[in-house]
Amino acid sequence: MIDWGWLAGHVDAIAYRTGQHLYLAAIAVGVGFAISLVLALVAARRRVLYPPISALAGILYTIPSLALFAALISITGFSVVTAEVPLVMYTLVILVRNIVAGLDGVPAEVLEAADGMGHTRRQRLWRVELPLAVPLIVAGLRLATVSTIGLVTITGTISDAFGGLGYFILDGYHRGGFPTEMYAGALPSILLALGADFLFVRAQRRITPWAQTRALEATAS
Amino acid sequence: MGVGASRAAVVEYQHVSKRYAAARPQRGSPAAPGAVNDLSLTVPAGKICVLVGPSGCGKTTSLKMVNRLIEPTGGRILVDGVDVAGRDATELRREIGYVIQQVGLFPHQTIGANVAVVPRLLRWPAARQRERAEELLALVGLEPAIYRDRYPAQLSGGERQRVGVARALAADPPLMLMDEPFGAVDPIVRERLQNELLRLQAELAKTILFVTHDIDEAIKMGDLVAVMQAGGRLEQFGPPAQILAAPASAFVAEFVGADRGLKRLSLSRVGDVALQPVVTARVGDPAGEARARTFADPFPYLLLLDAADRPIGWISQRHVPASGVLEASLATPMSPLLDRRTTLKDALSMMLDADVQTGIVIDRTGRLRGVLSVEAIAAALRPDADPGAIAAGTAGAGG
Repeated sequence: MIDWGWLAGHVDAIAYRTGQHLYLAAIAVGVGFAISLVLALVAARRRVLYPPISALAGILYTIPSLALFAALISITGFSVVTAEVPLVMYTLVILVRNIVAGLDGVPAEVLEAADGMGHTRRQRLWRVELPLAVPLIVAGLRLATVSTIGLVTITGTISDAFGGLGYFILDGYHRGGFPTEMYAGALPSILLALGADFLFVRAQRRITPWAQTRALEATAS
Repeated sequence: MGVGASRAAVVEYQHVSKRYAAARPQRGSPAAPGAVNDLSLTVPAGKICVLVGPSGCGKTTSLKMVNRLIEPTGGRILVDGVDVAGRDATELRREIGYVIQQVGLFPHQTIGANVAVVPRLLRWPAARQRERAEELLALVGLEPAIYRDRYPAQLSGGERQRVGVARALAADPPLMLMDEPFGAVDPIVRERLQNELLRLQAELAKTILFVTHDIDEAIKMGDLVAVMQAGGRLEQFGPPAQILAAPASAFVAEFVGADRGLKRLSLSRVGDVALQPVVTARVGDPAGEARARTFADPFPYLLLLDAADRPIGWISQRHVPASGVLEASLATPMSPLLDRRTTLKDALSMMLDADVQTGIVIDRTGRLRGVLSVEAIAAALRPDADPGAIAAGTAGAGG
C-alpha cells in the first residue's frame, strides 16, 4: 500500500512543506487576531457597531475560497497576500465573536467596582476586561487555528508555491490518486492541528490560573 | 503606616436632585425609580450615616452621586467643602472607599492583588502595596499568609465581603461609600460583619455613607439615619434614637415598624442602665452567715461566686444550708451572662431564652458587676425614657 521509497526520497520536501504550512497558518491567525481585536474593541465600546461588524464577518465567511483566489490573483498576483487574504478573513468571524463574548462576560459588579475604585477606561480594559476575557479569547484562537491549519491546504490551488502540506494532497490527487503522497500531506496536517490545539490549552492553563481554581480545589479535597 | 491614624471627610448634599427622563412622560405618574428630589443633609466627619428606604427611593443614586458614578441634575455635593463636580472623576474615586453588595472582586487577581488595587492605581511602590494588603487582611480578620495568594473563587461570601472592605480601606480614604454591603450574605454572617465594621469604625473613625433597605441594620449601624421615601424625598434625618422615639411622618412611623419601641432596646446597652445589687457569697464562706444575709433581702436567691468573684450560679434562699460552708455544687447556673456592651435587646432575648427574670452582668475578667432584671429593661422602654438620656445617664454599678 505505502510507497516507502517515495517517502524516503521526499523527507526534505515534507519538512519544507510542514514549515510552510505552519508559517501560512501562523500569519493568518496572527493577522486575523490583530484585526479581530481592533474590531471587537470598537464593537465593545460602541455597541451599535457590533451587529454590522458581526454580520460583515459572517458574510465574508460565506465567500467560497476558490472564487476569492480567482478574484485576488488579478489584483495581488501569485503572491503570499493572495493566499493569506481568505485565510485571515475566515478567522474573523470566530475571533471577533469570541472576543466580544469574552468582554461581555465580565460581570457587571466587577465593572462597577473597577469604575468605583478609579480605573480610567483604558485601565479598566487592560487590567480587568481583557484578562477576564482570556478564556473565551483562547477558545476562539483554538478554533480559528485548527480550522486555518485545515484551510491552508487549499492555498495550493493558487500555485504549487503555496499549499503547505496541501501540495502533496493535490499532487497525489492529480496523479490519479497516489495514496502515499496524499497521506504524507494529510497526516502531518492533522498532527499540526492537534499539536497547536494542545499548546493553546497548555498556554491558557499557564496564563489563567484563576480559572482553574475550582478544579484545583476539587483535586486538593 | 498605621491604620489608626486616619482622616475623615465632611459630606454635604446641597439641594441635590437627580431626574431621569421618562421614556414616555405621563402626567401624574410616580417619579422614576432612583430619582432624588432636593436632598440636603450634612454628614459630620467620622460618623456613619445610613441612607435607608424602600427600593427605588433614590438612596443608591444619592450614594453614587458622591463618587460621580451618577451625575446629579441639580444641586451640588461637597466633600470637605470641595464640589465633587469640579474634581477629576477617577482621581476623586481613588480617594473614596467603595463597597458594593456583590463585592465585585477581580476574579483573575489574588486576594492580595485585589486589596492593593487602589494603591496600584496610585502607583505606590510594590513593596508598600504588598505590606498594605497584608496589614488590611489582618485588620479584617483574614490571616494574610493563608489568604494572600488565593483567588476570589476560593473564598466564602463572608470572606469575600471582608476582602471588599479591606480593598476599600487600602488607600486610607477619609470617606467610604457602602452600598448594601452585607445584603448578599446570610443573617449570621451579616451580623458578624456588621459588628466587625463597628469595631473597625471605633478604631478608624472614617466618614461612612451606608445604604440599606433594612431599618434594623440602619438603626444598628448609623450614628445618623436618613429615611428616604419613593420619589427621592428625605423624610427624616437624625440619630436613630430620635427616629424611633419621634417619627417625623406617618411614612417614617410605618417604615420603622410598629415594634419601634422594641427596636429602641437595641440602641441601649447593659452598661447604660442602673444595675441592681444582689446578695452574694463566695465558695467556702460560712453557710449560716450567708443564709442570714439572703433572708434579710427581698430577692429570694443568693448568688454564689468563686474566689475571684466570678459568678457560679444561684442558690435559692431555702436551700442555703444553716451550717457548714458553701460549695459550688449547691448553685445552679441559670441566668445568662451579660457584659456592659450587650444590647438590651440581646439581653432580653437571652433572658427569655433561659426562661429567667434576671441576667448576671460581668466585667471583662468575668467578675460580677451586678444583676439586670426584666423590670429594669421595661423601665428603659417607658415612653418617657428617652434612650439618648439613658445612654448619657447612669453608669450602672452594683453587686
